[in-house]
Amino acid sequence: MLRTTPLHDRTAPLNQGRNWRRWAGFTVASSYELSHDREYFAIRNSAALLDVSPLFKYHIAGRDAARLLDRVVTRDVGRTQVGQVLYTPWCDARGKVIDDGTVARLAEHSFRLTSAEPNLRWLGDNARRLDVRIEDVSDRTAALALQGPSARVILERAVERDLAAVQYFRLTTGQVRGRDVTITRTGYTGDLGYEIWMDATDAIAVWDALIEAGTPYGIVPCGILALDMARIEAGLLLLDVDYVSSNQALIDAQMSTPLELSLDWTVAFDKPQFNGRLPIRAERERGPEWRFVGVEVDWVSLEDVFTSLGLAPRLPTQAWRTSVPLYDANGIEQIGYATSGCWSPLLKKYLTLAHVEARYSSPDTPLQIEVTVEHRRRRAQAAVRRLPFFNPERKRA
Amino acid sequence: MTGSTRERYDAVVIGGGHNGLVNAAYLARAGRKVVVLERRHVVGGAAVTEEVVPGFRFSVFSYVVSLLRPEIIRDLELPRHGLEILPLESTITPMFNGDYLGTWADHDQTRQELVRHSRRDAEAYDTYGRLMHHMAMAVKPILAMVPPDPTSLAPSDLRGMLKFGRTFRSLSRTHFHALYKLMTMSSGDFLDEWFETDVLKATKSASGIIGTFMGPRTPGSAYVLLHHYMGEIDGAFRAWGFAKGGTGAISTAIANAARAAGAEIRLNAPVSRITTSNGRVTGVVLENGDQLQANVVVTSLDPKRSFLALMSEDELPDEFVQDIRRYRIRGSSGKVNLALHELPDFTCLPGVGAHHRGAVSISPSMRYVETAFDDAKYGDFSRKPYMDIVFPSVIDPQMAPPGKHVMSVFVQYAPSNIRGGWDAAKREAFGDAVIDAIEVFAPNIRGAIMHRQVLTPQDIEDITGLTEGNIFQGELALHQLFFLRPAPGWAKFRTPVRGLYQCGSATHPGGGIMGAGGRLAAIEIRRDGVR
Ligand SMILES: Cc1cc2nc3c(=O)[nH]c(=O)nc-3n(C[C@H](O)[C@H](O)[C@H](O)COP(=O)(O)OP(=O)(O)OC[C@H]3O[C@@H](n4cnc5c(N)ncnc54)[C@H](O)[C@@H]3O)c2cc1C
Repeated sequence: MLRTTPLHDRTAPLNQGRNWRRWAGFTVASSYELSHDREYFAIRNSAALLDVSPLFKYHIAGRDAARLLDRVVTRDVGRTQVGQVLYTPWCDARGKVIDDGTVARLAEHSFRLTSAEPNLRWLGDNARRLDVRIEDVSDRTAALALQGPSARVILERAVERDLAAVQYFRLTTGQVRGRDVTITRTGYTGDLGYEIWMDATDAIAVWDALIEAGTPYGIVPCGILALDMARIEAGLLLLDVDYVSSNQALIDAQMSTPLELSLDWTVAFDKPQFNGRLPIRAERERGPEWRFVGVEVDWVSLEDVFTSLGLAPRLPTQAWRTSVPLYDANGIEQIGYATSGCWSPLLKKYLTLAHVEARYSSPDTPLQIEVTVEHRRRRAQAAVRRLPFFNPERKRA
Repeated sequence: MTGSTRERYDAVVIGGGHNGLVNAAYLARAGRKVVVLERRHVVGGAAVTEEVVPGFRFSVFSYVVSLLRPEIIRDLELPRHGLEILPLESTITPMFNGDYLGTWADHDQTRQELVRHSRRDAEAYDTYGRLMHHMAMAVKPILAMVPPDPTSLAPSDLRGMLKFGRTFRSLSRTHFHALYKLMTMSSGDFLDEWFETDVLKATKSASGIIGTFMGPRTPGSAYVLLHHYMGEIDGAFRAWGFAKGGTGAISTAIANAARAAGAEIRLNAPVSRITTSNGRVTGVVLENGDQLQANVVVTSLDPKRSFLALMSEDELPDEFVQDIRRYRIRGSSGKVNLALHELPDFTCLPGVGAHHRGAVSISPSMRYVETAFDDAKYGDFSRKPYMDIVFPSVIDPQMAPPGKHVMSVFVQYAPSNIRGGWDAAKREAFGDAVIDAIEVFAPNIRGAIMHRQVLTPQDIEDITGLTEGNIFQGELALHQLFFLRPAPGWAKFRTPVRGLYQCGSATHPGGGIMGAGGRLAAIEIRRDGVR
């Protein structure tokens, strides 16, 4: 049996189709209802409650905690304030991305790092001669994401205080029904939202409180299928789907640098030292070979492919996670590949996240994308788009 | 100060309903200087959201969107301008015996449900769905097409007829026969060929009578089944459902797109006259006396209003005036909007559940629906009406204060020409009949009501200007569709007056929040090249 999260007693009875998937060795709901539709719309329209407990979580404390993190991640941790959260990738010595996650500064010498894959050993290797304690708190910390335009009002009711002062990528602490929680204004949806971190033994009580506070506002428990669509709209990449960790890659071509993933903004070049600094700097000088971009499939051209076969256009109802070839506008040369895609019911656009050769990466560059219709590979027109596809004001407001 | 202003525009659009706004947006995008003149203080016409009671937002008239053309959503970038369409998943029909019939978003769930009623129907249901899909596919190109004139030998008309003909020739024999039946039969008879479960037929045929003065046994009503199915072939595009913020949000999004393209929108600006000179349009006069000059005037009002009220007969050919007089409008629907402090508790499915996220159809039997029509035939509102109910606040919680709800009840029949005419007492009696009929299936309804807004066809006409309150600006009867809509020879958005165009629901392809008339008219105006 795979492991279950601290919220399983609540989530299992809700799962109408027994629709589970794996995440870091745990079972989590793909969708609770038979279709993930309503869960998706809750993210954009009311509020969605997600069990994100399978994330890896490390508590890093001690006089040199910031120094350790600054060695590991590409962003400048030393300069963050207490109460701030950073999104950041981290790299190996060659500047190839290992993983990405968030660093929350809980106190002057205390941080929480989240990641998609285990990183304890890597952190330990980097901590030599530093005064720092690294603890894997993954199992004893549960996490919930509350995402959507009504997330704030619901959470305010649950913690019984105003949260307007908690800005985007900041944190605060509070109590829900007498249980201590840390609240970060973060999430994986690109919407207004919070993540709530608590002791695993308090998770059920917090879930119940949020559902109760949220019911008048249309809160909906939400699984991973809906989240996957939201994160594509938000242009957020996913390890093992959009890129391969350099720890897992078998050949160099499978690896990516932060610049190849268009994460330039996360690299603090002025930091004295961090893993991969020199190679990434050199890469910045010559310019990266690849870029990670949004690619929108042209509707009319897609529709034509279907109409020519006497069919109404069919679109994926879920996000896909396969590699799909991209060609130049003339369809001659393959110049990249999309790694995630979905039809956005919100934007009414067919969106993909893709790796393209750098010279094809500027917005509106015309491309072609492979589409398989009736067992045959065909091409539809597509174009490069700026990420994120969807970026509502409320996310930061 | 009256009559003092004289402004010039390339085009004046009369009426800020969704079609007028779509038309203005397309014209503005083509570089025309356009103004939309709307009589009311809000845009939207029959697609408006209004806060009738503080905190409670009603989609006052239209309440779901199913036909809005995907090309318009794309061209005008409506999602960027605020359009968001949320899913409306299911339909349940409560029955007199305490049971119900449901169709759900999930195919297996629907099949299991139908099997409870009839194994045969459960199987027929899929086949029927596929047939309707084929029919809709065949008819769909027509929605995006300017109707050709079958009596004309002009090359464009011949090409159009050819395309039209090809569409039908491409149908298999069985499909062609089915289409012919759809065009001629009553929805009841058509459905009898498919299903045996009475409540299923009642619910399906009810969707075929929406907005018409026909009963489920009136020949020709089957076509409306198809009209409503049309939205479903854009299934993949997901344009079917409930607009966040109510149907007014659709109009607002289109208005935003029009403004972004440079169109001007004037509210509280009723037009009193369309001015012409020597068979050419010259502009409009507003009720306040302002005159606007333009070589193009586009009216989104129904033809009776446009040609019989805003123009004088001597400006139009006699024959045309006769055709417009004959154009059948006949309102048959009313609307009741409720503010609730709790949701109705249906005896057939107690408590709050998934069914509140979909439609509730009050169509328990064929007989019920037919009897409802009988009342109307003899000039009364239905004492036990057919109703199509949705709960917008369940789908979009921001439609009502937290924990409270709004309920939209579309009601048929409420004839516009009710015996003795509509008055306040009849309105209340109509409202009471609606609540009584709901109470049969949801006994807590009366106590749940905080506020009730009752709209008779007369009210619909008074507020929106829709003649006789007909929701489609004229019936979707075969004799007034396609190249006959609204009048033979004048289906191409043009009129006998040069420079005067029409773009409302009274034009091809007909009513509903579709926008097709607005868009196609703009295309024709550009084609004519008048400026
Ligand atoms: C009760 C009801 C329920 C309905 N339900 C649905 C539904 O659920 N789904 C659906 O798709 N369709 C529905 N419909 C039909 C749909 O709403 C209409 O077909 C559509 O909105 C008509 O749009 P339009 O732009 O063609 O005309 P209108 O919306 O009628 O717009 C005409 C505009 O012109 C303005 N006007 C009138 N006279 C003047 C004047 N002299 N000067 C200036 N302006 C003027 C009016 O105020 C109005 O804004 C419903 C209609 C009604 C009435």
